[in-house]
Amino acid sequence: MSTPVLELRAAARVHGTGATAVHALRGVDLQVAPGELVAIMGPSGSGKSTLLTLAGGLDTATSGEVLVEGVPLSGLDRAGLAQLRRRSVGYVFQELNLLPALTAAENVALPLELDGVRARDARARALRALDELDLAALAGRFPDDLSGGEQQRVAIARALVGERRLVLADEPTGALDSVTGESVLALLRSRVDAGAAAVLVTHEARLAGWADRVVFLRDGQVVDEARAEVTV
Amino acid sequence: MSVKHGLLALLVEGPRYGYELKSGFEARTGDTWPLNVGQVYTTLARLERDGLVAKDGEDAEGHVLYRATPTGLREVQDWWDEAVEREAPARDELAIKLALAVGMHDVDPRDVVQRQRTATVRALQRHTRRRNALPAGDTAAALVLDALVFAAEAEVRWLDHCEARLVRSRNGASR
Repeated sequence: MSTPVLELRAAARVHGTGATAVHALRGVDLQVAPGELVAIMGPSGSGKSTLLTLAGGLDTATSGEVLVEGVPLSGLDRAGLAQLRRRSVGYVFQELNLLPALTAAENVALPLELDGVRARDARARALRALDELDLAALAGRFPDDLSGGEQQRVAIARALVGERRLVLADEPTGALDSVTGESVLALLRSRVDAGAAAVLVTHEARLAGWADRVVFLRDGQVVDEARAEVTV
Repeated sequence: MSVKHGLLALLVEGPRYGYELKSGFEARTGDTWPLNVGQVYTTLARLERDGLVAKDGEDAEGHVLYRATPTGLREVQDWWDEAVEREAPARDELAIKLALAVGMHDVDPRDVVQRQRTATVRALQRHTRRRNALPAGDTAAALVLDALVFAAEAEVRWLDHCEARLVRSRNGASR
């Protein structure tokens, strides 16, 4: 297997200490390879979102290790983590993904510009990213003029613009109707099939059905895994 | 599942012979419920006995053709017009298993729930892949696979609910 895009080694996260300590994640091992879509399911409080924030370098493991493209996050300082978040990881949340004052293309270009890419180049790459996802027609429109499904598709374009190969999605189809939700998943799936890696947190089994593996969390631990049969 | 109405509905389109009905039924439902030819002929015999279909000669290769009678056509129309009855569910082995697991000393019902959830999600992955591999425009087969996807999703939601209920009852809450 090639280097995992994301690897958790006995990753744990404890909030507080002593008797009141909350063990949000208790030693989770997980590898996500390029071309792999992994869904995380589990009841509220099982550690799904904690896992995602550790994976994206938005929070730090209390013990264990998180590696993105082979780089241990514990070895990075604040600036290093910030750079990793800009260059390697893309996020898609349930809502509020796009900045309302920027057009779709400007939203997609933003992470590149924040990373020091010149505005003109960033824009060209953003347009290319939108075009690859058949979203070129939306480039000049503002989020308010986009449907919920269109906003989430633009958010996926932004999550994958540049060199980024890891998408972390937290209930990305939250408020969408089922057919629109499917189209968002189809887009994510197509990017993964093209070589990205994605972790999808969801409580909807129907969406988890798109994943190559479904990891079940309970009380901060992995309790089981469903692996899709490889069809010839 | 009503093979009877499925075959009758196909006969509304014109006379067919048994094997043709088998393949027509399977193609239209995305090969989700394979029929054996014997089942098709048994069903045709029953439909003929009830006056819903009649033999309609043979085709050039000697296949016995069947057509829908006026009563059969009415029966199909009623089928489209009425909702499918789901009021008397078959005995549900899973519900029985979980109910019994709750009272057992050496069985953790949460483990029974999780094993089932994993199996159902695996089925969901299988249905999703089959549906995504369908040629564009095969809406009929996609609808059938959607039915399986949504049924599996409902089962997982029910299992989630069972688990939450089990956790609550273990923590002393009554309901």
